[in-house]
Amino acid sequence: MPESAGYDSQTDNQPLLKLEGISKSFPGVRALHNVHMEVRRGEVHALLGENGAGKSTLMKILSGAYERDTGQIFWEGRPIQIDTPKEAQDLGIAIIYQEFNLVPQLSIAENVWISREPFRNRTLQWIDWKEMHRRTQALLDELHLALDPRRPVAGLGVAQQQMVEIAKALSLDAKLLIMDEPTSALSGAEIRQLFSVIRRLKARGVAVVFISHQLDQVFEICDRGTVLRDGEYIATVNLADTTEDEIIRLMVGRTLDQQYPKMPARRGGEALRVEGLNRAGALHDINFSAYSGEILGIAGLVGAGRTELMRAVFGADPIDSGRITIFGQATDVKSPQAAIRAGMGLLPEDRKQEGLVLLLSVLHNISMASLDKLTSHLLLRLDDEREQAAGFVDRLRIATPGVSQKVQFLSGGNQQKVVLAKWLASQSKILIFDEPTRGIDVGAKIEVYSLMNSLVDNGVAVIMVSSEMPELLGMSDRILVMHEGSITAELSRHQATQERILAAAMGAEIDD
Amino acid sequence: MTEMPASDSARQPRSLFGMTLGGFIGRFGALFGLITLVVVLSATSPVFLTADNLSNIGRQGGVNALLSVGMLLAIITAGIDLSVGSILALSMSMLALLAIQWGVNPYLAMLACVAVGAGVGLTNGLLLTRLHLPHPFIATLGTMNVARGLALIITGASPISGFDRAGAPQVLWLGSGSIGPIPVVVLVVLVVYVIFHLLLSNTALGRHIYAIGGNAAAARLSGIDVDRTLVIVYSLCGLMAGLGALVLAGRTNSGYPTAGVGYELDAIAAVIIGGASFAGGVGTVWGTLIGVLLMAVLRNGLVLLQVPTEWQIVAIGLVIIGAVYVDVLRRRAQG
Repeated sequence: MPESAGYDSQTDNQPLLKLEGISKSFPGVRALHNVHMEVRRGEVHALLGENGAGKSTLMKILSGAYERDTGQIFWEGRPIQIDTPKEAQDLGIAIIYQEFNLVPQLSIAENVWISREPFRNRTLQWIDWKEMHRRTQALLDELHLALDPRRPVAGLGVAQQQMVEIAKALSLDAKLLIMDEPTSALSGAEIRQLFSVIRRLKARGVAVVFISHQLDQVFEICDRGTVLRDGEYIATVNLADTTEDEIIRLMVGRTLDQQYPKMPARRGGEALRVEGLNRAGALHDINFSAYSGEILGIAGLVGAGRTELMRAVFGADPIDSGRITIFGQATDVKSPQAAIRAGMGLLPEDRKQEGLVLLLSVLHNISMASLDKLTSHLLLRLDDEREQAAGFVDRLRIATPGVSQKVQFLSGGNQQKVVLAKWLASQSKILIFDEPTRGIDVGAKIEVYSLMNSLVDNGVAVIMVSSEMPELLGMSDRILVMHEGSITAELSRHQATQERILAAAMGAEIDD
Repeated sequence: MTEMPASDSARQPRSLFGMTLGGFIGRFGALFGLITLVVVLSATSPVFLTADNLSNIGRQGGVNALLSVGMLLAIITAGIDLSVGSILALSMSMLALLAIQWGVNPYLAMLACVAVGAGVGLTNGLLLTRLHLPHPFIATLGTMNVARGLALIITGASPISGFDRAGAPQVLWLGSGSIGPIPVVVLVVLVVYVIFHLLLSNTALGRHIYAIGGNAAAARLSGIDVDRTLVIVYSLCGLMAGLGALVLAGRTNSGYPTAGVGYELDAIAAVIIGGASFAGGVGTVWGTLIGVLLMAVLRNGLVLLQVPTEWQIVAIGLVIIGAVYVDVLRRRAQG
């Protein structure tokens, strides 16, 4: 494999951008150490690495948000400084962040030309609207987008807003476009459209740096890639000459024999039974059971009602009718408190918004659902609380400088482990994982799966809602498929195939 | 594991003793301000450090101290209570009405005074959680006016004075009494602050208050009864206003319906100076105490230095602006 052979071996094409020996430290942290990277004109270049590998720091150096400590940046062969975002822009470097920089109330044209509006009269700052709309229309045409430049951005979908960002970059005459996780909020069709736009940019000679965790997409759209790990340069690879496994090995620094380390389950008693559950407009006559020692997967397309079902079962949303039986006891789950008291725990889809209090410590997040157990004579037993949290940090291998660290400073995988620790501390026997590995990098994913294994091994009933087909097939003992608020299929691990799940998710009846 | 929170830690650029500059100012700025003020006043005014003046500061700052610690709870939950000044007036008016005009047993009247405070606070909490008014700003703005109006109605819009003459000198003890050289109100404040510190740091309720302010949705999904917690918080806020009414009545030997105008703003200022954030989830009892002392010492110092009243008002205003700026710096430091 070309560990570093790909890097600067081909000289047929003078690189547009070349980074040499870039290092950057922050107090107590070495974010980047001696990083190399080379991007050619008309190339789509993947920047690969786990969370915390240094991708965002590198990007911020390129955008002028951070200053490098050492190293050199060459632009079209000349050594340059990038000290401010303005300088990056003037060179022709544009960045599209995950969070867009658009003003929703303004039109597409206004957003594209914001602070650079064409004037009919410069002294009066009298904007030439006609010219502005004409230029915007030309950009939109070039991107093959059927959008009216006068339309406010507020009504546009995520994919269209992203296109407005790309149009803005083109209007700045960008030669290098950096895209941070551009596909994470897009549907399949929108991703296709984005890729065709990227190919068109490529044909124009624009270079694109593509940052993504989705390796299949990286292989589809990118020519070469640079891999970082723990702030270090690992390799530059030609994607045509390598494999997904090899990239993962470079990213995590070891071989992952198995992405889905599923252990054989020993199904125990019925933990949860849901009968005739209805919620107007969302859920229709839902019946299912979950068993101790089993992972029950819940499949379905976005909007099929999976999260709604889990929230209803957990008491977070009211239900119109239905019976919920937990460990043989009919339970009125009218609030999350009631669900938790009955032994349930929910790891929500959006862990930052719903699973964690980011500005509180690891300690206080872990104990949040078990404070009653930690209280004697009205006061908390603070030593026990700390000991409990330290125990979970150890057991779940939560990477944190200490239990007092604020959760907002942890990586996605470690944040998810803190949410899990919260429920283990409250001794939940039924755990609902809603998209358990969303936004979590490869190495941490496998850790989450291993934790699920040990949970079911200890007799916990695990319910896993997932949009990732391989994850569902790889980890579930049984899979329920939802379509428009109803369960359309129940498949055993052996029956389940991608085709069957998809068919049921689209509403087809499945017989076996 | 291979993952390191490197890129996250990278968000903290300038550091001072392991804290960001903004975090440092947020945590210790008020304390430095207080110390500076004390040093300057000790040097410029011969009266400042006398026992008489210090106990004066204690008596005058006591009411704000009680209102502020209640306000702290509301602000930690990302809320606010605009009604505490009016609650104070209503409680105080009720106390004077019962003890002076109706001759009710002074202890019963004092109990009623505190109960009225807690009752209006409870109402605030219920308005917020049962009627789902959009923000405590609205609910408490309403009760602020209602309570003020009721205070004017029950007193006929004029002060009721003379607890001592009416045979209820017990009422004066909290506001005017001393134990040795120390005013009773100072001791009361210290006891209340210790209790609130324990409440916030060492009880489940305290944790719930921080969690709700940090992220109410996550708190709810962690099994925290958000509504119940908020009702308790606003009840305690009202209770502290009732207690403040007892102290002010004792100090002024009267109950008057125009008492406490603008006190809610002093309390908010003290809490924010003391390191709490309007965004919620942050704030400590001891920080609030520093904020209270800073404001009390500043007021006292301006009088000692014979700054004209109108300029005193300007100075207090500037301190409030400075305090909110500190909040801004701190939030910027947190990214």
